[in-house]
Amino acid sequence: MKEFKILAVIVALVGITYYGIEPYAHHIMHPEVSPADFSFKDLKNVDTKLAGNAANGKVLVEANCIACHAIDKAGYPAVMPNADAAASYGVVPPDLSSAGRIYDKNYLANFIFDPVTAMHLSGKYTPESGKAFPMPSYNWMTPQEIMDIVAFLQSVSPKVEGKEAHKATFEAACGRCHNMKYAGIEATTPKDNLKAYTGAVAPDLSQYIKSRGEHYLHSFINDPQLLLHGTSMPRVGLTEEAQEEVIAYMEETGDSKKAERESLGIWVLLYTFIFAILAYLWKRKIWSEVH
Amino acid sequence: MAEFKKADSMLEWFDQRLGVVNFAKVMMTEYWIPKNINFLWAMGVLLTVLFTFLVVSGIFLLMYYKPDVNMAFDSVNYTIMQEVAYGWLFRHIHAVGASVVFLVIYIHMFTGIYYGSYKKGREMIWVSGMLLFMLFSAEGFSGYMLPWGQMSYWAAYVITEIFGGIPVIGDELVVWIRGNFYVSDSTLTRFFMLHVLLIPLAILGAIVFHFYALRFPHVNNEEGEFFDFDEEAEKYLAGNKKESKVVPFWPVFLSKDFFVLGFFMLFFFYLVFFHYDFAMDPVNFDKADGLKTPAHIYPEWYFLWSYEVLRGFFFEIAGVSGKDLGLMAFGFANAIFLVLPWLDRSPMVKPANQRPYFKYWFWFLMADLIVLTVYGKLPPTGANAWVGFASSMTFLVLFIALPFITKAEAKKVGGK
Ligand code: HEC
Ligand code: HEC
Ligand code: HEM
Repeated sequence: MKEFKILAVIVALVGITYYGIEPYAHHIMHPEVSPADFSFKDLKNVDTKLAGNAANGKVLVEANCIACHAIDKAGYPAVMPNADAAASYGVVPPDLSSAGRIYDKNYLANFIFDPVTAMHLSGKYTPESGKAFPMPSYNWMTPQEIMDIVAFLQSVSPKVEGKEAHKATFEAACGRCHNMKYAGIEATTPKDNLKAYTGAVAPDLSQYIKSRGEHYLHSFINDPQLLLHGTSMPRVGLTEEAQEEVIAYMEETGDSKKAERESLGIWVLLYTFIFAILAYLWKRKIWSEVH
Repeated sequence: MAEFKKADSMLEWFDQRLGVVNFAKVMMTEYWIPKNINFLWAMGVLLTVLFTFLVVSGIFLLMYYKPDVNMAFDSVNYTIMQEVAYGWLFRHIHAVGASVVFLVIYIHMFTGIYYGSYKKGREMIWVSGMLLFMLFSAEGFSGYMLPWGQMSYWAAYVITEIFGGIPVIGDELVVWIRGNFYVSDSTLTRFFMLHVLLIPLAILGAIVFHFYALRFPHVNNEEGEFFDFDEEAEKYLAGNKKESKVVPFWPVFLSKDFFVLGFFMLFFFYLVFFHYDFAMDPVNFDKADGLKTPAHIYPEWYFLWSYEVLRGFFFEIAGVSGKDLGLMAFGFANAIFLVLPWLDRSPMVKPANQRPYFKYWFWFLMADLIVLTVYGKLPPTGANAWVGFASSMTFLVLFIALPFITKAEAKKVGGK
């Protein structure tokens, strides 16, 4: 029928245009990067097959880490207020209570061994730059000792689930740098300190689920350098599960009406469909008199 | 004062005072539309409905929106999208509606071009339609600034900058439009005024004018046939409904429009709920930052073809800079559709495919506009820049050639 032909022509023209300005243009402007690697294969300094001894780890942590880090859940409070910590280190060292849960084991061990390499920030902390990363490398420790620390951190991490976990993971992993205004979260590091420390403004992440989308975040958080080459945002080394919790939190905050939108959408479409059918029947009736 | 007898019914009461019975006849039941039309003739009613959607959703948004650079972004993305009950729904309807209205406008316009509905007495319909197109463009542009995201800011920056290319007064003009040397709070507030008051008022007026312009020449039909509407109307009123070439606007024409509207709404609401990124660019969910230029700046999709004509000229020709050439071409592109009725020198009112030469022109134009639109979005580097140049030139040449092509066609068909 003629009207279907016309419709087909319009659909084809609109379809070609749409393809050009949406999927195709997107593909050109945002080339695909290599897939996220949640086993952090590039880090190989510590043999993670060694079984760690948490009791020995506790001793090592007390001797080496708690001067800077709080581990609230294990009874080590912060040694100084955030403002002072930020002034001393540039950024507030994160509370390590959930470190054993949110960081990948291989990443965490290698991070302790050599933080700059693990975070993919070697480009920033070059010998020529004169900058020093605030946390020392523990490359003098034996792999066994490092795995003991990892075992200890894993043993103290509390089990959390659901929305509570989403928020907790975000705060532990991103909270020292990023605000989340729409959830009332302010970065623990004061803005000016952080700017001096990273050399860039860490943006408020309230709407980043919308502006960047899940697909981008999935690669970006796993390894920021792939998408923003030379950025000072560190690779944080989250497990896939923890990263999903962070993204879920970004969605709960930035797109809180998603569920409502999708369920209402179905009903509206159903209703409109009924309207369209009734309109068609009415049209048939009316036009049968004139044709 | 006229003598009023006591009314026997409410209808009569109103009829005595407002002449509603006659009014309904003139506007609806005895407003005659050709029978020989397809669903493309429903686009006008679709546009009317979409405009109503935009007005209603806009009024709801207006209750919470704050036209201030420090508050605008959060008032939209937090208050409206997340706090106010169903605020997100109104925003989605408004944003998707604004984008889809242009899709339908383009279909409507090219339907007019395809069937030659802009000539032989229908010139004022066309001109009033183009006036609506320009007003809608201004409405779309001013509205896009309001959420104060990165694209709002940078598109506003780039587009207002264009006026700087006008000789002599350019620089002052840019400052006058922005109300400041750069895009700032004063720019936002005045575009807010334009978007919610002045332009919608003008659109309402232009719609009335467009409808009025349809009255005397009547709408065209699928075959471009001319006939005596009074005669056909008489047949219809005498009961020869099947023989008559016309149908009344209500209920016959509108019953078909409602049916088209129903399926169109299905598409529209699918976009509103499930597929809205094309109308609400993700980049615009980053707050405006005058110090941070986005990697890619592009206008909304419906401006891409003319934006590409602007960008297409990127090198100097005969001592005139690429920028100036682009600006001239851009001015040409935006004005040329207005005078289309006078560029088409052929008297034929027929669907393009029945016109020996015009049909090539028409499909060439469609293809060129699609190429311009797609390349208007892509980064203008390497080969893309040359595609842009070639398609911009094609656009200019097509319109310069139109009078000659149609003159030749007139000769060939011998004034039919
Ligand atoms: C001199 C202070 C200091 C000491 C000592 C220190 N850290 Fe840190 N640590 C920091 C700072 C500062 C950061 C945040 C660095 C950043 O985000 O740029 C950090 C970050 C971390 C992180 C987060 C890594 C990530 O991917 O986000 C972990 C885990 C960590 N430290 C573990 C440890 C452990 C385990 C020890 C003891 C073996 C330790 N730190 C000792 C200062 C210290
Ligand atoms: C040590 C501080 C720090 C930590 C920890 C951190 N970020 Fe960032 N982040 C930054 C900085 C600085 C930037 C800005 C980078 C730039 O502009 O180059 C940034 C940028 C971003 C961006 C924007 C990327 C873009 O495309 O512009 C996202 C998204 C992001 N971070 C997410 C996260 C998430 C999620 C976490 C926690 C899992 C996190 N960040 C942890 C410092 C940090
Ligand atoms: C939102 C804006 C507009 C509205 C609400 C609108 C509405 C209408 C309506 C209701 C009709 C009669 C039914 C039909 O043929 O579809 C019509 C016809 C027409 N319109 Fe528009 N219109 C708009 C914009 C435009 C534009 C931008 C143009 C192009 C310049 C245009 C050109 C025409 C022409 C040429 C006709 C006559 C069609 C024919 O005779 O077959 N209109 N319009």
